[in-house]
Amino acid sequence: MRDLSLHLMDVVRNSVDAGAGKIEIYIEADIQEDILKITVKDNGRGMEDSTIKKVTDPFYTTRTTRKVGLGIPLFVETCRRSQGDLTIKSELGKGTEITAVMKISSIDRPPIGDIGNTVAGLQASETEIDYVVGFKCGDKDFTYSTEEVRQVLGNEVSLDNPQVIGWIEESITEGLENIFGGVLNEIPCRT
Amino acid sequence: MKSLAELEKIRQEALERMSPRSDKERMRVVVGMATCGIAAGARPVMQAFLDELKKRNINDVKVAMTGCIGVCKLEPIVEVVDSDGTKVTYVKMTPDKAARVVAEHIVNGRVVADYTIGAAEI
Repeated sequence: MRDLSLHLMDVVRNSVDAGAGKIEIYIEADIQEDILKITVKDNGRGMEDSTIKKVTDPFYTTRTTRKVGLGIPLFVETCRRSQGDLTIKSELGKGTEITAVMKISSIDRPPIGDIGNTVAGLQASETEIDYVVGFKCGDKDFTYSTEEVRQVLGNEVSLDNPQVIGWIEESITEGLENIFGGVLNEIPCRT
Repeated sequence: MKSLAELEKIRQEALERMSPRSDKERMRVVVGMATCGIAAGARPVMQAFLDELKKRNINDVKVAMTGCIGVCKLEPIVEVVDSDGTKVTYVKMTPDKAARVVAEHIVNGRVVADYTIGAAEI
């Protein structure tokens, strides 16, 4: 995967397929500790412990169209390559939480990528899902929530209205730039 | 800063433009967005569809994602589904090709035969 936003797209698609109604995405940068943390938390159907162990195996998938499932294994590799790791917590019937940790300064850490585009696309596709997207770095933070957008739009205007999707994308992109600064949405490694 | 006031304005404008017809979904664009599709560049393709529809003010075409369509080597794959269920499968898509599919297929109703799965060497 070219950047982290594509990994994010991939794991959030898993949440969508698990029937989640609410998906929370948090990206936190701790510049002192040199840690980038990405959390995806959903209220989908969850997994048994035995399944959690299997999902990092590329030859495990719930799909029937093919025999390999590379989403999680690729993300794990990206984290490990970037001196971090990926952990999965899940409870059957409650949901799943995936935490990816990387060293910000690692030479192999992919750039963050276009998170705004990722979330806007996901939201356009499944308008019934509520997203919360949070960015945090030091004492600065930003939150996007579908619920807030829904409150403004009311019942008449749909979330997948092209102008609304455009607003969501720009709003998240702006948030990312404001919180993490840097060039191309990238996190500066030094304070 | 993008504000909720701006969103409120978008809502007002959308309400003014809304006609009874626009509620109906005329067509659906489905983009394969599993690991294979994402790695092959499906997200910029989906974005190109959204941008092109926004530019042309087309509100009765829905863009959605799906999982793996099954022919990973031909990703990014996009299916354009008519309201009567007729489906055209486009393969090895790019943002430029997406713009052409919107102009020719979605707006003018002519399938872009060069990009269909039938035209691809399997």
